[in-house]
Amino acid sequence: MKDSGNEIVLMKGNEAIAHAAIRCGCDGYFGYPITPQSEILETLALEKPWETTGMVVLQAESEVASINMIYGGGAAGKRVMTSSSSPGVALMQEGIAYMAGAEIPGLIVNVQRGGPGLGTIQPSQGDYFHATRGGGNGDYYVIVLAPSSVQEMADFVDLSFELAFKYRIPAMILSDGVVGQVMEKVVLPPFKPRRTEEEVIKECPWATTGHTADRPINVITSLELRPEAMERHNLHLQEKYAVIRASEVRYEEMLTEDADYLIVAFGSAARIAQKAIGDLRKSGVKVGLLRPITLWPFPTERIAKLAEKVRGILTFEINAGQMVEDVRLAVNGRTPVTHYGKMGGIVPTPDELIAALKGDFEVEKQRG
Amino acid sequence: MMTEEIIISGFGGQGVLSMGKILAYSALMEGKEVSWMPAYGPEQRGGTANVTVIISDERISSPIVSNYDTAIILNQPSLEKFEDSVKPGGRLIYDAYGIAEPPSRTDIDVYEINAMDAAAEMGNAKGFNMIVLGALLKVVPIVKVEDVLKALRKTLPERHHHLIPTNEAALRRGMELIEEK
Repeated sequence: MKDSGNEIVLMKGNEAIAHAAIRCGCDGYFGYPITPQSEILETLALEKPWETTGMVVLQAESEVASINMIYGGGAAGKRVMTSSSSPGVALMQEGIAYMAGAEIPGLIVNVQRGGPGLGTIQPSQGDYFHATRGGGNGDYYVIVLAPSSVQEMADFVDLSFELAFKYRIPAMILSDGVVGQVMEKVVLPPFKPRRTEEEVIKECPWATTGHTADRPINVITSLELRPEAMERHNLHLQEKYAVIRASEVRYEEMLTEDADYLIVAFGSAARIAQKAIGDLRKSGVKVGLLRPITLWPFPTERIAKLAEKVRGILTFEINAGQMVEDVRLAVNGRTPVTHYGKMGGIVPTPDELIAALKGDFEVEKQRG
Repeated sequence: MMTEEIIISGFGGQGVLSMGKILAYSALMEGKEVSWMPAYGPEQRGGTANVTVIISDERISSPIVSNYDTAIILNQPSLEKFEDSVKPGGRLIYDAYGIAEPPSRTDIDVYEINAMDAAAEMGNAKGFNMIVLGALLKVVPIVKVEDVLKALRKTLPERHHHLIPTNEAALRRGMELIEEK
């Protein structure tokens, strides 16, 4: 295994995820191949981290098996992860709900492709709903981070584990076929050793690390048949979600200070939006970008604030309009909110976004 | 300040993606910003394959663009798909072997090369994409040939380093193809 230090390297987003996992002290990866994210498992297999850091890499028999391996590893206090693409992550939803209920930390990476169903292998952002609303059952959330560059693919692996263990919650990296397949410059994170057994016991007193006489038995389950106790558990989860909403919202703004119009976009769509905004600015149209980095918790307050001073908001997503619902809830009628996107694995170009914005808000007429 | 947005498009197996990769690595050697975005999928089994390579002095916003400064076209479907997306004043380089109906745009610079024939003459069919890359670098000297060779040394496994001189010859041949025009 090469330690590139602070060296700038060129790699795909998927490869960056694999290298970052090895470097941030990940204990195990369990996954099943699917385009457009198979390079994650392939890179791990090439790097053979089991020979260096001791990280386990296992190709499971299915996505259902993978997520339940994460359930087990996380229950033992280990930093474990899986990755898949849309239909594979759909299969994992039951396991994710179980992890949320049992408060098991872990990382799920979704490099999205077009759906619904088996869909297509080309890029999409059609899984916003199932990432932020929970495709599994019950009142739960997972922390959802949306990388828009190869650098963020690398950086968000460790961040996801930190957040997952801080709050005992599953974390998801919601990427897509563009960010997974594109090669860009990246500085990989420095090596961090895997936690020792002693460190795991100390940092995860709740984990099933082997019972000793000095503590009660740790039971990890999402099952509780007494309604009063289940209600208490749900109230506890809701309190935790309130803390996360108050403390962990992340977003990036570009040129919002003087903006007449705002584009809200995440992941690869935000990159396309940046190019469109650059071109629009050159022609005198003042457009800014709000890029949610956490899709849950969502930057509701910031969008509400920006809604007070712009003439209109366009939500740009590579789907039929999903995040636009959260934007509309945040804006609450203060300014018009529209959506532009494409489906089926078609990625809109910057020019198409510009045309959509001009059409929605008649920008040219207002300028004239 | 320089930004070059390039589309390379042809059949799967022609070395379209690896040519883009070598170009991207060469730009990385020069400290430039780079983006390499493939149209991924069943292409590697024989369909059309294309890759967008962006090289810039400044941070690259979108890896997906609407129009290109330069198009490298290696088959007819690629020409039909991308001829109209070349920016006015831009460049289109095509290999004559795969093109039945040549490009018709008059507001761009069009370069016809015979890289397939040149590769056959050199007895190096696999050098096809390096010949095309050489032609590109003659038309748009976006990276230095020395940096391409440096990139090859860096990215090729040691056991393939003996192939670097052959690749260099192919690059130089591609540059000559443009000079001979």
